[in-house]
Amino acid sequence: MILLWLIVILLAGGLFAWIVGRKDSLSARWISLIAVTLDLVLSLYLWARDYRQADFLQHTKWLEELDWKWIPRFGVHFHLALDGLSLLLLLLTFVLGIVSVLASWKEIREGVGFFHFNLLWVLAGIVGVFLAVDLFLFYFAWELMLVPMYFLIAIWGHEHRVYAAVKFFLFTQLSSLLMLVAILALYVLHFQATGVYTFEYADLIGTPLGSGTALLLMLGFFVAFAVKLPMVPLHTWLPDAHTEAPTAGSVILAGLLLKTGAYGLLRFVVPLFPGASREFAPVAMALGAAGIVYGALLAFGQTDLKRLVAYTSVSHLGFVLVGIFAWNELALQGAVMAMLCHGLSTGALFVLVGALQERTHTRDTDRLGGLWAAIPRLSGFGLFFALASMGLPGLGDFVGEFLVLQGTYRGHLLITTVAAVGILASTFYGLRLVQHAFHGPNDHGWKIPDLVPRELVALVPMIALLVWLGLYPQPVFNVFRPALTHLQQVVSQTNVVGRR
Amino acid sequence: MNMHPADLFVLLPLVIVAATSILVMVGIAIRRSHLLALLLTLAGLTAAFASLWFAVPLTPRQVTPLVIVDRFALFYIALNLSACFVVAVLAYSYLEKQKEQREELYVLLLTATLGSGVLVVSNHFASFFLGLEILSVSLYALIAYLRARPLPLEAGAKYLVLAASSAAFLLFGMALLYAEFGTMTFARIRSTGTATAGSAGVIVATGLVLLITGFGFKLGVVPFHLWTPDVYEGAPAPITAFVATISKGSMFALLLRYFYGSEAHHVRGIYLVFSIIAIASMFGGNLLALLQNNVKRILAYSSIAHLGYLLAAFQAGGSLAAEAVTFYLVAYFITTLGAFGVITMLSNGEREADSLEDYRGLFWRRPGLALIFTAMLLSLAGIPLTAGFLGKFYILTAGVSTQLWTLILILVVSSVVGLFYYLRLVVVLYDNAPAFGPAREPMAPYAPVADRALLALLTILLIWLGTFPAGLLKLVQAATSRLI
Repeated sequence: MILLWLIVILLAGGLFAWIVGRKDSLSARWISLIAVTLDLVLSLYLWARDYRQADFLQHTKWLEELDWKWIPRFGVHFHLALDGLSLLLLLLTFVLGIVSVLASWKEIREGVGFFHFNLLWVLAGIVGVFLAVDLFLFYFAWELMLVPMYFLIAIWGHEHRVYAAVKFFLFTQLSSLLMLVAILALYVLHFQATGVYTFEYADLIGTPLGSGTALLLMLGFFVAFAVKLPMVPLHTWLPDAHTEAPTAGSVILAGLLLKTGAYGLLRFVVPLFPGASREFAPVAMALGAAGIVYGALLAFGQTDLKRLVAYTSVSHLGFVLVGIFAWNELALQGAVMAMLCHGLSTGALFVLVGALQERTHTRDTDRLGGLWAAIPRLSGFGLFFALASMGLPGLGDFVGEFLVLQGTYRGHLLITTVAAVGILASTFYGLRLVQHAFHGPNDHGWKIPDLVPRELVALVPMIALLVWLGLYPQPVFNVFRPALTHLQQVVSQTNVVGRR
Repeated sequence: MNMHPADLFVLLPLVIVAATSILVMVGIAIRRSHLLALLLTLAGLTAAFASLWFAVPLTPRQVTPLVIVDRFALFYIALNLSACFVVAVLAYSYLEKQKEQREELYVLLLTATLGSGVLVVSNHFASFFLGLEILSVSLYALIAYLRARPLPLEAGAKYLVLAASSAAFLLFGMALLYAEFGTMTFARIRSTGTATAGSAGVIVATGLVLLITGFGFKLGVVPFHLWTPDVYEGAPAPITAFVATISKGSMFALLLRYFYGSEAHHVRGIYLVFSIIAIASMFGGNLLALLQNNVKRILAYSSIAHLGYLLAAFQAGGSLAAEAVTFYLVAYFITTLGAFGVITMLSNGEREADSLEDYRGLFWRRPGLALIFTAMLLSLAGIPLTAGFLGKFYILTAGVSTQLWTLILILVVSSVVGLFYYLRLVVVLYDNAPAFGPAREPMAPYAPVADRALLALLTILLIWLGTFPAGLLKLVQAATSRLI
């Protein structure tokens, strides 16, 4: 039941914020803040509850589950389930959710109620994606994220918001319709093989498929997740959407929506189609490595701060893609770690850029510079998160990317080399960001207020989390390792069955 | 000919609708009152709906050789009656803004609904043609109802000419089929329908193609779609809703009954004809809609595309396809009624609210209406939480389970093209910077409570069916189970 509550609180909070927000925008902000915090507390409770149990490490099934009949005609179940992987992604969701609400406290002035309605409903969709184990429900939640996100960009975005929003919507919609067709094909093939209509994840695993069919279906899923991830060359919606979205929108896009793509690959693509994924892995990893370098180079060339941060996402998620398709213990752990840390560090960078824009009304690096003297706190934070993002040892991102490289190194030397070059390239854009925005003489004579307590409340915990994940990530590993081990077992078992 | 009392009972819904139209007409002769005409109409429709309860237990029942009343027919009659109810309510406030004689519209609405009812119960060419003509003749007058304006007149005339010529094609097709089989009932064709070889095959195929021409015209699918945008634009908004829903829906129900019953779509060549029509409609509708700036025309082209989707499902064949089509039609009815309901409410006595500019920033002026319109557009686009999504899901399932990969992929690609113009409308609704001059005055500030409640109800229904469809699915399954 607690899983249902996680979603219901967000949905109801959104409606409530909207209704109240028509008259009183401050209450709308508080309502959303409380709703997300409540969810964070609930998911922390889930962690604490299972942490105390001795057998937490041995958990191979779900930590928490909810299974209701939904549409009997199609064998659709309202089936939510939580394992360590989903739990951590949920925690990330709620942390970034709180950050988004705080970041838009002053930025959003029009239609405040409707804004928070959309914000909370995007979060609800994301929670649904991380929890759904019925493919129909998964698709439902997957699409549910889309419309509110579209509104967030199209209504509260910057200059070219409509173009960016429509592009985002069309890219994701086309790819996810292909996924829907693949889901349906899998569903029908499973029915033909077993005589049971089901969208159940656990049942569909191991559906006997011809290798050609499996490859096609795998690609149907893969495209949807690769667009969200985003994988080069399907990334072109991302710089536009991230740049034009309001701060909260950018934080959620970069921190969470991209993770849904990675999560989909990890949870669905490889386990459902192990053979096809193994065949396809070299291509996916090559594209991932290409994305790492390409994203870093383009980030280096940007003068718009938001665009710069957006391209770094392309680069970082390349590591995740490489890690997932390497499919060994180290690489997978690295990929999950990279997902979590990228969410925190990039989310924070977007908050900072948003805070800068709020104060200076520009994101152009040529018009900034020398801000350190004027706003030391904001600049210091900027330096920290830029360092985190370029993978400084001791901070979370380093752990993830290092593990991915280590895991990939064994089998794929060339890809590892290219990816390692990407880490090098990330220093360029990271330092460039700091140099152009904060260092140098204050030529433009900026006199602007520094970070206020509200922004500190959002950012300081993210620093703490990144340091924690960088120095002592073991507790987090303990949470997601059983889930990954389970996924690996599933894949190797189906492989064995397939070979017979 | 002997009529059993049960025959009367199963026909009761149609009898009541027919009686109501006479009653309203007599009522007008006694005392002209707009409200009275509306209330009589609504009461008649409600009574007809209630009489379905008597009819259901007696189904299926063949009444005379002309009509069959089964659950399938009753389901569509129920759908048509409900849609007509909505149209009548919308028409009331719309007509209040006009200077025309108002009351006769309801008589025509009722006769048109009667015609659509006859269509869905017919299983004989004679009743088919009768129903079609009752519907069409009523529609000529309805479309051109606002005589003082040029556009409705033009639309009415265009519809008249094209409908009459398509009826001629239809008759010729029926004649050819009659010449071949010697019977006019649908069922008898089934027994010989599959065996078509040699010279007889040519006559049958020609007859079927001519028949498809007649169907295609009423459905407004490419290449028989030319009237659709003009009629949608010209007709008064509530009447457009009627044409888009009841007229097209009943025709599709008949298409299912005729082709699935006679298995004529298995005749060589006919399958290909339907595939081409479906593909052309999906692409044609969605691509042409991109070029439009008039909201009613956009919806017209969108409806062409949606009929294309329905034909794609129809091609799948089997009970799943019949279910998919029926469910999709329900969703499509709700959506179309809602969308045209919004247009109706914004229109005034001088012109229809069909320019994109009428909708710019509507959300900031009238959030309720804008949200309803958004929900309808998202349903047309097939986004989850709305019934439109489940409809599309159903169609895709039907297609995938019979491996219609070409049609499915074309459906997917063309529906993404369709997203462009739905999003374009949505963007306009939420545009918060009316940069070009001062914000346009809301066209019709007058919004009756009944209309608003009705539209809100449609929206709730749309979302309810999009999230908890199990109940409707059961009904749809029961309605279509005996069709094949």
